[in-house]
Amino acid sequence: MRYACLIYFDPRNVFDQSPQAEAALREVGPFNAELTASGHLVSAHALQLPQTAMTVQVRDGKVSATDGPFMETKEMLGGIMLIEARDLNDAARIAAGIPLARLGTIEVRPLVDYSEPRPRL
Amino acid sequence: MTVAGARDAVATAYRSEARRVLATLIRLLGGFDEAEEGLHDAFTAAAESWPRDGVPANPYAWLVSAGRFKTIDRWRSRARLAGALPELAARASAAEQPALEQLPDDELRLIFTCCHPALAPDARVALTLREVGGLTTEEIARAYLVPAPTIGQRIVRAKAKIRDEAIPYEVPERSELSPRLDSVLQVVYLIFNEGYTATDGPSLVREELCVAALRLGRLVVELLAEPETLGLLALMLLHDARRTTRIDAAGDLIRLEDQDRSRWDRAGIAEAQALIERALIARRIGPYLLQAAIAALHTEATSFAATDWVQIVALYDVLVRVEPSPVVALNRAAAVGMRDGPAAGLAALEAVMTGGGLDAYHLAHAARADVLRRLGRLEAAHISYARALELARLPAERRFLQRRLEQLAAERTVVNDDAGASGRR
Repeated sequence: MRYACLIYFDPRNVFDQSPQAEAALREVGPFNAELTASGHLVSAHALQLPQTAMTVQVRDGKVSATDGPFMETKEMLGGIMLIEARDLNDAARIAAGIPLARLGTIEVRPLVDYSEPRPRL
Repeated sequence: MTVAGARDAVATAYRSEARRVLATLIRLLGGFDEAEEGLHDAFTAAAESWPRDGVPANPYAWLVSAGRFKTIDRWRSRARLAGALPELAARASAAEQPALEQLPDDELRLIFTCCHPALAPDARVALTLREVGGLTTEEIARAYLVPAPTIGQRIVRAKAKIRDEAIPYEVPERSELSPRLDSVLQVVYLIFNEGYTATDGPSLVREELCVAALRLGRLVVELLAEPETLGLLALMLLHDARRTTRIDAAGDLIRLEDQDRSRWDRAGIAEAQALIERALIARRIGPYLLQAAIAALHTEATSFAATDWVQIVALYDVLVRVEPSPVVALNRAAAVGMRDGPAAGLAALEAVMTGGGLDAYHLAHAARADVLRRLGRLEAAHISYARALELARLPAERRFLQRRLEQLAAERTVVNDDAGASGRR
């Protein structure tokens, strides 16, 4: 099954040049290479800071665009990884190895299986 | 061997060897997570090398070796890259020390560790189902009707506890074996039930889970031939003997009374009967042995009508005392209905259902509907079948209940016509 690992962190903890942050960032490349070699990694992307983003929405046919997402928390979505894992625990085990898990949090989310009925809320 | 043949061999090895390989890798690599990655590596390596070099004579040994040394390599390269990870390098060296790659008890070590009393009961079940039974977190979650992250957390916490409290990876001493066995048996039966009435996938039965549970049941019997381990294995064998007649070609359920008894697996039934006889010598009767004895009476009957309901109710009377549960009481009430007729059955069922705990259990409503139908109370039967259908989740069970409702509607039409005819007369 495929899972998305959504990597959240406070940029001030990651880009503060602290030894822990530098060590974690250095490990990202080799870690991803290892995951690719083992066949777990589908894709991995790091995101630029939220101030580079635009937010778009359409209401009543009208497009509105604003700058950046305004989040109440200091944590931001900083990266997305798509992995292949046996199950949720296997995915969580892999996610726990992501170096940025030591600085932020990783949300592990199963991708939608289109053969299953859509949720009804 | 052809490339396709080698690929099949990898798939076959995954089904038959993955859990054993994992059990051995946990011992060799010193942890669940390490072993899980090692297992993945082993099968990745097999997929690469078997089509090229051929399938090894002993796939299990090959996979254990591959998993072990791939993991050691990864630890070494990680330690190198990070510059200073002496702990990882030390672990790699330790794992490289000569060790017996094959010990017969690894799977039992794994079972007893997963069922260790230091773990919460629901964590034991989840962990054993996943690590020994090979179910995914999502499948376990469906079996338990809870969200997958709930099971996921149970498993993560259980593994953390095993690691933090250094729970030994071993088979318990004989003196403490018996108490530790109870939760093992519970877990094994649960795996069997997951296979017998699968919650996932297109078919109602997942043979591989039944096979795995039977294999575990046999393993446990080998280790400790207590009446309850024999009883559990017998019970599973008796269910399994009827497995192929429970479902028709379209994947629909066939009731016990409509099953083709000539197709029941006589060898399995004979094996179960021998186990029950062996267990009865000990004169200590537990719930598994009682359920096996009840199932044996069903398989011994040449037809549904010829079933010894008197004995079956008598065994349920004991079972209700040994293991009081609403579901056991429900089954007893249904048996009473067969022994004494539908009116007595309805009274017994209603007494049980008033007792509570069965409101959301579709089979309780279906059982009530059955006796109501036999009593000719078709309107009330309709309501109960409809309630059962509302609660049933499995497609095959839903189709079954749908058919019952349709049959009932047809019967009601006939009855109404009769009433109309008599009214005109």
